[in-house]
Amino acid sequence: MLLIPCPWCGKRPELEFRHAGPAHLVRPADPAAADDDTWAAYLYIRDNPKGRHAERWRHVHGCGRFFNAVRDTVTDRIATTYKPGEAPPA
Amino acid sequence: MSDRQTPARASFPGATFSVWSLLRRTLTAEPWPAQWRSPDPQPAYDVIIVGGGGHGLATAHYLAAEHGIRKVAVLEKGWIGGGNTGRNTTIIRSNYLWDESAALYEHALKLWETLSQALGYNVMYSARGVMMLAHDEHDVRSLKRHVHANRLNGIDNEWLSPAQAQAFCPPLDISPNARHPVLGAALQRRGGVARHDAVAWAYARAASAQGVDIIESCEVTAIRRGRNGAVTGVETTRGPIAAPRIGVVAAGHTSVLMDMAGMRMPLESFPLQALVSEPVKPVMPCVVMSNTVHAYVSQSDKGELVIGGGTDIYPSYAQRGALHVSAHTLEAICELFPRFRRLRMLRSWGGIVDVTPDRSPIVGPTPVPGLFVNCGWGTGGFKATPGSGHVFAATIAAGTPHPLAAPFGLDRFRTGRLIDEAAAAAVAH
Repeated sequence: MLLIPCPWCGKRPELEFRHAGPAHLVRPADPAAADDDTWAAYLYIRDNPKGRHAERWRHVHGCGRFFNAVRDTVTDRIATTYKPGEAPPA
Repeated sequence: MSDRQTPARASFPGATFSVWSLLRRTLTAEPWPAQWRSPDPQPAYDVIIVGGGGHGLATAHYLAAEHGIRKVAVLEKGWIGGGNTGRNTTIIRSNYLWDESAALYEHALKLWETLSQALGYNVMYSARGVMMLAHDEHDVRSLKRHVHANRLNGIDNEWLSPAQAQAFCPPLDISPNARHPVLGAALQRRGGVARHDAVAWAYARAASAQGVDIIESCEVTAIRRGRNGAVTGVETTRGPIAAPRIGVVAAGHTSVLMDMAGMRMPLESFPLQALVSEPVKPVMPCVVMSNTVHAYVSQSDKGELVIGGGTDIYPSYAQRGALHVSAHTLEAICELFPRFRRLRMLRSWGGIVDVTPDRSPIVGPTPVPGLFVNCGWGTGGFKATPGSGHVFAATIAAGTPHPLAAPFGLDRFRTGRLIDEAAAAAVAH
């Protein structure tokens, strides 16, 4: 079980959280103008990296807020977490 | 095309097994010969299959047996059948909701029924019945819908009352005050289990006998493309290998491999755990699945209960998983089968499954000329092994999708014509 540092609540066990998919996915700015490839890329295509992965989590059984985390998908080690709207760490 | 049967074993050379050969080797302790060759890679092949699991080996076998393409290499970074082929709960069934899925999985089930004879190797397919439990009104309606849809497609599936379910599977607790009350069940009698290692070995043996090179400990590190964009071969840890056609059959690592050809995939890789109990005398006559409580259970011929559940909640390439996910499954199993509470668990492990947005596989050509992909089987790929290999071999040989594979192309994520088995299939997600 992971120990996940919520940016607001500190380190809490994984059971308190829900994984919420990849972070920094941006919906097409002008939906009516977006073509099928753009929609497919936004809705379905995923990086699915073996290694560093920026992802969203939600502290459902805590503060209830979303935040982002950078996790290594090979070791599952979380490098850092940060608040929504902040840029991913380099 | 889809009805084409695998040729009988007479079509390829290879030692056959008999009672006498078993007896002789038992008495004399004479070692068994290797069942497939382990050659060094040649500089070039007609087709390279990346991934030596059941699907990849089956693809190589059908390429040789049905399409006459024998200059084939199967490249496996570890050992054959050491990935998800050796890590699943070996459940076989074809009672999928949608016509496209039902046709594909039924094609596989029909091949399972004669696979041991066709390959001359006992894969221990046992049609002991797969029973899916309904625990609430939604389950009842959903499973009855499956029963009707399957029967319209000519696939056996029948509805059982709780008493009938218990008669079919005596350890099941159907008391009305159970934690997970059983309101009924859908039973596919032709469903069952097979021996997963034997499936990989049988296909490897058959493919090797027909000239396919099975190359283990050979990891693909790059996919080479020519000036026109078409694939020309791969770089591996055992040197470069050229081929005009490459089939990627790499389950959880598909995204990593396709990235080498500059392609991003509609896939996410999750750990899926399974575990076995200590061996006990025969107690569990069938396979029982419960989608609602995320539990599958059957008993292996060794006597171990083989148990699986849902995927872990976050994408990962670590071949393990969180203990609380297995614990959730075990809690449900103990409620459904109170007599299993005192059993101790022997081993647990995880495999990395590649999950698509619609929980249906992707089988077909890609925008990169010469590059084909067979992936996205998610949590339920084992049951499809023969059918998957069969239609993928036909797709690679012809360059266009086999009719059964056609609905499962990559372009469905652009056109929106998804085959949404997410809520429909009795698969935990």
